[in-house]
Amino acid sequence: MKEINKQLKKEALLTALLYVLFFIWWYATAYGFADSPVRVLGLPLWFFLSCIVGWLLCVAGTVILVKKGFKNIDLNQFDEDPNATTQTANDGEEAHHA
Amino acid sequence: MHNIPVIIPIIVYLLLMLVIAAYTSRLGRKKGGGFLEEYFIGSRSLGAFVLAMTIIATFVSASSFIGGPGVAYSTGLAWVLLSMIQVPTAFLTLGVLGKKFAIIARRIKAVTVTDYLYARYQSKAVVFVASLAILAFFTAMMVAQFIGGGVLFQNMTGYSYLTGLILFGLIVIIYTTVGGFRAVVFTDAIQAVVMVVATVTITCAIIKAGGGVESIVDRIAAANPSMLDANAVPKPQILSFWVLVGIGLLGLPQTTVRAMSFKDTKALHNSIIIGTVVVGFLMLGMHLAGFFSAGVLAGTPETSDSVIPMIVMQVLPSFWAGIFLAGPLAAIMSTVSSLLILASAAIIKDMLLRFGKKQYDNRQLKKISILCTAVIGVITFLCAVKPPDLIVWINLFAMGGLEAAFFWPTVLGLFWRRANASGAICSAIGGVATFLILGGLGFSFHGMNNIIFGLAVGLVFFIIGTYLGPKPSDRVNEMFFE
Repeated sequence: MKEINKQLKKEALLTALLYVLFFIWWYATAYGFADSPVRVLGLPLWFFLSCIVGWLLCVAGTVILVKKGFKNIDLNQFDEDPNATTQTANDGEEAHHA
Repeated sequence: MHNIPVIIPIIVYLLLMLVIAAYTSRLGRKKGGGFLEEYFIGSRSLGAFVLAMTIIATFVSASSFIGGPGVAYSTGLAWVLLSMIQVPTAFLTLGVLGKKFAIIARRIKAVTVTDYLYARYQSKAVVFVASLAILAFFTAMMVAQFIGGGVLFQNMTGYSYLTGLILFGLIVIIYTTVGGFRAVVFTDAIQAVVMVVATVTITCAIIKAGGGVESIVDRIAAANPSMLDANAVPKPQILSFWVLVGIGLLGLPQTTVRAMSFKDTKALHNSIIIGTVVVGFLMLGMHLAGFFSAGVLAGTPETSDSVIPMIVMQVLPSFWAGIFLAGPLAAIMSTVSSLLILASAAIIKDMLLRFGKKQYDNRQLKKISILCTAVIGVITFLCAVKPPDLIVWINLFAMGGLEAAFFWPTVLGLFWRRANASGAICSAIGGVATFLILGGLGFSFHGMNNIIFGLAVGLVFFIIGTYLGPKPSDRVNEMFFE
């Protein structure tokens, strides 16, 4: 279980990292190119980079995140944990375990 | 003026929802298992596509289809930029909370976020505060969604507000009540697809009517150059949305509870990708549609909420307008259904079973759960019959309130060993009070959303409260951190 918790912490941190990267891209391109007169597909460059490219990069980021950073774990092993039954037994929940 | 061709796709769509709900709830019954786990969390069986779609459909509401694009019409591309803050919704929720929630939910048979909070903080006071917040804010949100849908229906079909409300309002109440969580998520999945179709339809029609993106943008820029300005929304305001519709989403129980509902980690991984694709598409498409309307719409809309209905009637033939109208109605129904089933869970699972002394068997549980869902549904429906206005703001107010209540207890509960019940209660009460009082006073700091202050106070209160209380027990430590 220690191993799994370590992995989960890592996955949460990687997710946060992707989130921060998305924010940086969003902010840097929107405000960094705000004064550029260039238009792409009819839209201002800042908008194209920040909102359209930013979204696509974000999708690419999630692909890398789950393929490289995330690991599959067997969730069924956590069903019917013996500790869980003793833990919840005293607050009136036996009824719906049946 | 009654517009028959508009209403045909709507009726077909609404009937389809009932059929799907009936079919999926039979599917659930065959699976067996406990009633509560089936009715409130669908026996944790969601695959990748349905998981991604239900998160999106729950989160995407009337404001993404009507309110937000209406503001983009008057503010410009900066408001589209703001809407894109929501792209990470799925990966943030599922990536941070997904597996931890899945494991904990299986261990303690949790079906609600409040179950998790109880297991983590071992405190009935936490349960009480959480349930109260859910009931108060969810009701406000459901009423706001119903009102938005009714007004939209009236404007677009010519039938009365009440007719619309009765049509889609009662249908969503019926399928949620009868089918439970499983019907909610499967209809959500279809509704997310309907939203995508609606977004494609309206965006393409507007671009075609305006003679292409290039010439639409030229026209908008000639009339008002600030529409193309990234700085048209002040930075403090737009950055505060990174909290309200950004990281704050980790505090919304209606989306986080879905992290308990998937069947395996493969489904979780894939839905992270699917969800990011689809939510980005919807936000970008609908808000751009609102922005493009500024160069296409003939006439002046009365309020920002009437921009989308007006442009739809202008650029789409009646039948296609009906196809489009299914989109926002889907957004509304999928949000309401998810809130309704959770509000019912808050009463049955979190309050009645937790605080009540009585034992129930599966059959009695089924009866009271269904009755409870129906009663909450009907109450919200009746509230919506006599409507107040401003859907976007009621909606955002409730959203901030939920985040102020749930964000720190949820996140710190998972990632801070020392976090305890006194911290969670101080944080929820202090955060919500700050947010509501500032909102009530009309306080505004450089246009920032008050959620910033709600969460800041919530964090300080959490830390102080935690150090005033005892350390969590070894049992909690073992279950959550070892």
